[in-house]
Amino acid sequence: MSCGCGKSGGCGSSGGPRSVVAASRTDATKRVPPTSDSNAAFDLLNRLKSETGNVAAPAPPKAHYRASQAPWWVRVFRITRIRVISQFFFFALFMFFCFVTWFSRMKGYPVSLFLEIDPLVAVATAISTHTVYRNLIWSLVLIIPTLILGRFFCNWMCPYGTLHQFFGWLFNTRRNIDKLAINRYRSIFQLKYIILIIFMVLAVFGSLQIGFLDPICLMYRTMTATVAPAADLAVDQTSRALESRGINAGWIRPLAHAPGAPDQRIFYGAWFIGAMIIVLVGMNLVIPRFFCRVLCPLGAFLGWLSRFSLWRIDRDLTRCTDCNLCLAHCEGASDPQAALRKSECFVCFNCIDDCPEDALTFRFLPVKHQKAAHGRHIISKIPEKEVAWPDLNRRRWILSGFAGVLAYPFLRLSAAVNHRGFNRKAIRPPGSVEESEFLERCIKCDQCINVCPTNVLQPSKLAHGGVEGWWTPVMDMSIGFCQLNCTLCSEVCPTGAIQKISLEKKLGLGQFAADGPIRLGTAFFNHGRCLPWAMETPCVVCEEVCPVSPKAIGTYDVQIKRWDGTLVTLNRPYMRPELCIGCGICEHECPVIDDPAVYVTAVGESRSKERSLLLRSRQT
Amino acid sequence: MSDEKDLKAHARRANAHAPQHRHSEDWPTRREFLVRLGVTAAVATGAGFLWRALHDPTGELGKPQEPTLHLKNFTVAPALGAKTLGIARGENYPQMLKMAIAAIGGIEHFINKGDVVLIKPNVAFDRSPKLGATSNPEVLAALIHLVREAGAAEVRVADNPIESPESCFAKTGIGAAARGAGAKVYLPTPSSFEMLAVPGAKLIERWPFFYTPFRGVDKVIGISPVKDHNLCHASMCTKNWYGLLGGRRNQFHQDIHNIIADLALMMKPTFVIMDGSRVLMKSGPTGGDLSDVAMGHTIVAATDQIAADAWGFSQLLGRSSELPKYLFNAQERGLGNLDWKNVAWKEEQVG
Repeated sequence: MSCGCGKSGGCGSSGGPRSVVAASRTDATKRVPPTSDSNAAFDLLNRLKSETGNVAAPAPPKAHYRASQAPWWVRVFRITRIRVISQFFFFALFMFFCFVTWFSRMKGYPVSLFLEIDPLVAVATAISTHTVYRNLIWSLVLIIPTLILGRFFCNWMCPYGTLHQFFGWLFNTRRNIDKLAINRYRSIFQLKYIILIIFMVLAVFGSLQIGFLDPICLMYRTMTATVAPAADLAVDQTSRALESRGINAGWIRPLAHAPGAPDQRIFYGAWFIGAMIIVLVGMNLVIPRFFCRVLCPLGAFLGWLSRFSLWRIDRDLTRCTDCNLCLAHCEGASDPQAALRKSECFVCFNCIDDCPEDALTFRFLPVKHQKAAHGRHIISKIPEKEVAWPDLNRRRWILSGFAGVLAYPFLRLSAAVNHRGFNRKAIRPPGSVEESEFLERCIKCDQCINVCPTNVLQPSKLAHGGVEGWWTPVMDMSIGFCQLNCTLCSEVCPTGAIQKISLEKKLGLGQFAADGPIRLGTAFFNHGRCLPWAMETPCVVCEEVCPVSPKAIGTYDVQIKRWDGTLVTLNRPYMRPELCIGCGICEHECPVIDDPAVYVTAVGESRSKERSLLLRSRQT
Repeated sequence: MSDEKDLKAHARRANAHAPQHRHSEDWPTRREFLVRLGVTAAVATGAGFLWRALHDPTGELGKPQEPTLHLKNFTVAPALGAKTLGIARGENYPQMLKMAIAAIGGIEHFINKGDVVLIKPNVAFDRSPKLGATSNPEVLAALIHLVREAGAAEVRVADNPIESPESCFAKTGIGAAARGAGAKVYLPTPSSFEMLAVPGAKLIERWPFFYTPFRGVDKVIGISPVKDHNLCHASMCTKNWYGLLGGRRNQFHQDIHNIIADLALMMKPTFVIMDGSRVLMKSGPTGGDLSDVAMGHTIVAATDQIAADAWGFSQLLGRSSELPKYLFNAQERGLGNLDWKNVAWKEEQVG
């Protein structure tokens, strides 16, 4: 490279299309498969001759010869192909887990496994709660190999990374020269470290926000709120069209994510969650792996861990001709052509595959400061250097930390997440921990929302919990209701925001009889809208569906003379608050649908002392 | 740059003085002209006809046209000497079921070889069968076996529960019992409902109905638990059909007695089974406590669901008060006979 700055890393990092290729050498653009050392030495000799002006050097006849000599298994089982198989496998596994996150399919599958091995989830919750909940211990499965091998998760396992890589590949219509330019390191890639630092500082204060951008949370949330219900819609409409023409559609029905849901499942703000994935995937057309390189806090965290990795891509300066072809398919934009940035490298091995000179290897503790030795000469003009730490200088680390420190009060001073000003409709699922602890734990992955059979759980809107509580689960009883004999949400929660509870605990049976049932809130009557109270019309659906025994809704039975003179018996409902568990089936079934005459609010929820209602049910 | 400007200015001046007519070689050929004229005319005419065909002067045509479906009458002419009510008491449910059906004509009389039979249990709530809020899965399984032995080609089980359908079918044991006995279970989906016409109904002349499982069905059997109900006093055979309706069924409670009579009009089943193995005596229709349930040790088969309900009300729920009003409404409309003492009935003890 001839930019003359002398700092290969700095030169690369400044990005831009200038001095893109030094690929004027004819042999450098040829792709040559793996080779043995003796051939390479011969190659080098020729090249040295040509460099020293000996133009008459004969073209080595070995290129073709070597390709045919490589054993078939070397050509077929290239490591990059194995990587693609691994990516396919983990993507399929992820989709399978999403698909079986439903009452009749769950059986014993670890449907939240990807969240449980996600080290960012484990570390951030460990920072905010000082504990590692249940299966989060599995994150060691990723932490340890990352410390040894680097950020391999991003390009071998991450389903979101695979999604981006696939679309980047599908729409990659760039010319070769542009490919090399687009895969250079850019300073915007620092942004992910700034995001990570802000999230981590917030976690120290007890506000867990990694879920906004953690790729696994993001992908689960997208599946829940957009992809799964869209699949249901497609399946239902297709089979309806077939069935109405007398064609058996029994084979399509099982493809629905939520079989046996009598209504199409709907979600708050599905449009925004859908728009997010479209924009983020679309950004691959502008910068390949935009999300992974620029935004991903998990990638930033793994990149930081990779600083310690024992293996890394190593460039042999005695072979590298500075042709830059290693950039053509570089996923992480980690500058393999210059000073390898360990924190950016996704260990995709594309550079090794692409290098026509076999100058790149994945090497254990690579030798620093290569010298010309054993009769070899250094031919690369870019000096050997390693960039181990994330490219973020100390002032920026500190500034990001300050941003996090400031963000905490800005988020927490929002009324919605505090006891005074708590939104009455922010009703949390059964088993949820107390609100401030909930915000320490909930990663907005929306697994609980996906598994909920009645669609009552919704990703909360800004009104429910401000930005801090955005997309955390709340119950909307006009969409669904909390089914009495169901604890599915508590089973899938990876972080214990909803603690795993048994049915006995939920209903207050057996050993939990002294605690009583878990109350989600309390139901209230609005007499002004209730048919028997205000409109001389019989109703009491609420009493009929009340699932507790004895029922929490009683009736005053009166006979009245209606306005037209007819006699009518009205069962006017009232609430027995000691019995109400706030399940909301009364609200869901109330015929006054737009603003139900019976409705649940969060007051009286058993998880909170501050929002208790009855003196007698007060916990000490 | 200035050279370029001069050139442009020069060209403009030259053009201004050029003659303003086209040369003959600039015109399209005759063939091109005719083709273009023809294509334009065809597209313009086509647009006119298309718009004419789609024209909707009042806006009425553009509204969705819902096809209206009708349910056929599933009853079978009574067998010679058959009773209207067959009552079996005991503890061996398959045996009791057989005896009860034998009294009303025997299963072979109702089910022909190759029939597609739909059985409608009550699966309204997501709770254990012991709580008496739903049909007893053992009795249902026995009924499915009986129907299949009689030669039915396909047995379907369908209900639209109040709580989430999958868990209702799972926790009541009805899904497993039905599948185990060889029946096909139909759960409601958003597109399972079609507009059903019930001519002569007071409230549900047109109402969304869980229609998918009814496509190609020959016979329909209801199998319902016996339950207390705060508003209509008792939920038995007739009320069971409520579980086939969709739409805003939470409005029904405003006129519950006419709705249940409408249900008797809507559904003319082949026969009904009143599953009195357990009786929900109070806190209905949901129950939730074992102390609300009494063991009834009874199974009733009936070709008149109104008579069966009247019998169950007094004999199983043990109510001495007047019968629920919906039974009178149904009788007035000629849908059954609530005076069970005057219909042919037979009671037997099994085992």
